[in-house]
Amino acid sequence: MDNDTFPKRVSPGFCLIPREDGIPRAIIPQETPGDYFEEARILAASGGRFLGLWAAGAPEPRICTAFLLREGLFVLVLPLSSPEGRQTFPSLSSFLPAVDRFERSVRDLFGFTPEGLEDTRPWISQGLWSVPPLSSPPGTCIPETPRADLREYPFVPVFGPGVHEIPVGPVHAGIIEPGHFRFQVVGEKVLRLEERLGYTHKGVDGLFRSRDISSGARLAARISGDSTVACSIAFAQAVEQALDFTPAAGVRFLRALLLERERIANHLGDLGALGNDAGLGFGLSQFGRLKEDLLRRNRTHFGVRYLFDLVAPGGVRATLDDTAIRDLLDENRILSAEVAELQKIYDDHGGLQDRFQNTGVLLPEVARRLGAGGVVGRASAQAWDLRADHGGDPYRRFPPALALAHEGDVAARVLIRFLEIQESLVLARALLEHLPENSIAEPLPDNPETAEGLGIVEGFRGEVLAWVRLSPGGVIRAAHIQEPSALLWPALEVVVPGNLVADFPLINKSFNLSYSGHDL
Amino acid sequence: MWKLLVKIFRTGRLTEKRSRPVTPPPTPGFGRSLAIRHVDAGSCNGCELELLALENPYYALSSDGAKFVASPRHADLLIVTGPVTKAMKEPLTKTLEGIPEPRRVLALGDCACDGGIFRDSYAVLNGAPQVIPVDHRLPGCPPTPDEIRRAILQSFTLARTGRE
Repeated sequence: MDNDTFPKRVSPGFCLIPREDGIPRAIIPQETPGDYFEEARILAASGGRFLGLWAAGAPEPRICTAFLLREGLFVLVLPLSSPEGRQTFPSLSSFLPAVDRFERSVRDLFGFTPEGLEDTRPWISQGLWSVPPLSSPPGTCIPETPRADLREYPFVPVFGPGVHEIPVGPVHAGIIEPGHFRFQVVGEKVLRLEERLGYTHKGVDGLFRSRDISSGARLAARISGDSTVACSIAFAQAVEQALDFTPAAGVRFLRALLLERERIANHLGDLGALGNDAGLGFGLSQFGRLKEDLLRRNRTHFGVRYLFDLVAPGGVRATLDDTAIRDLLDENRILSAEVAELQKIYDDHGGLQDRFQNTGVLLPEVARRLGAGGVVGRASAQAWDLRADHGGDPYRRFPPALALAHEGDVAARVLIRFLEIQESLVLARALLEHLPENSIAEPLPDNPETAEGLGIVEGFRGEVLAWVRLSPGGVIRAAHIQEPSALLWPALEVVVPGNLVADFPLINKSFNLSYSGHDL
Repeated sequence: MWKLLVKIFRTGRLTEKRSRPVTPPPTPGFGRSLAIRHVDAGSCNGCELELLALENPYYALSSDGAKFVASPRHADLLIVTGPVTKAMKEPLTKTLEGIPEPRRVLALGDCACDGGIFRDSYAVLNGAPQVIPVDHRLPGCPPTPDEIRRAILQSFTLARTGRE
């Protein structure tokens, strides 16, 4: 983007400093609700992608809204502690369709009212509590809603001859997380899908309050188990930005390597499951085998199969000696050949392609309007990848090629995963070959006053964003982690109508969204 | 198609030969087969990833006589993961009610045992034992597939404990 189109309003109050450890990230305080609304509108109009909206409660009530631009990450912060005790904020739903559930969640949890939001139904809390649970200080007993009938959720109905309704969940018929899907169907065709989530809501934003940094990092690693590295890096970056600390090159390289291993493991798992959901059990066995091999190597070289708690603010708890690097390079070569062979088999399999192609199409224009990123966005021509765009070191030195497709169907999302595995392997190879002598972890500096920071990283599903506000002495005052699933669940609702009920599992798998990451 | 067949042939048999730690003796009610129903009561999905791994060719849980089923009506063993969120309390209890006797309950992972890292949040009930009778606990974050496999096989023979 050239300077002419750069948002004018944003310019005066912020400074966008290039960073070694990632993309530039800026927190922009807003004085009045009007400023906040106008600023958000300008950012959205100038090509900014809405990434999330969250709040912090007393004693510093505020609304935070994140936009990703090619230049960097911007978070608008609107304080709500006006003298007249204002507890409302202007809803952005008039120009941002994706903001709806975020604003409903803030209303549920904090009691701040989004003015102008039409949907008055509870979302994340499912109406379980009679007061907003995060409006009280930590440790307070939150009364539950006495009448269970208040929890009935008014799904939008569809009327017409032959139309009927299929409720699914929250307990699904497999090893999956809980969530509810309400299908309105005629015959085998889905007319409408509406999700109801919040079943895995664990009160994570509340749990962050008053924790120390290392305990906060353990919590961040468990936002969504499949994205543990991505969430940990985002959290670590946020803390490091708040404390004005830049991790050593060796740390950045190892973090990037762990992130690629997480991406490859998840993509392998998804490709196997997608084959299986389309009736090709062979795919599940083969990709299951490759994924298990990778997890076992994780165990050998990093001590854990899933890479929990290896990334910590200030550093990384892993080292690789020459033998380990040689072994990982061997793995890299074998995996690349195996995946290429399996891709050929998938591509040539008529029955499989018949299920994949033209199923669950997310049109590029719809993806753009919903702000879909990650694998789902890139399969619908949304050219965003923090690693390829402006990742900082080490991505600047070994930039991965952006995987992009335009069809937006299941086949495109399968293709993106195949492409990304190969790109990740190339990147991982470069990282292993150029791994700097690494200092594992350095003590973090202290913060004499309250400090705030942001982190953002391209996880396997899309951008994972973290915000943290620290009291002096490294105590977390408030923190929030935004996993990309929250932006992508609405896209799934848009994609499914028009398809057969029996294709829903396949489409759902091709998105592979996290319930836990959404519900927090 | 021939490529696919060649690949299967070349891959060969991967399922690991195990000295069976538990050769399940015929237990009243279960025989030598065990049907498992899993309920995620709000986990971070880490435990689910390791449960899914049990079905990959290396572990091939079904070769031990245990398999995951879709309906509680078909199940002998209920595996619970996650700290049990308030929203999942009722679905979890209802699933258990749907499982015919004799049945066993395994709380899998730190969260299901006592709430784990999410303990004492306003939104969670601090683990499965706070909500339903649990016979067997397997801590870990997440436990490895080997540990899970062992715990599942043990539940064949496990006497009922901790029941009201």
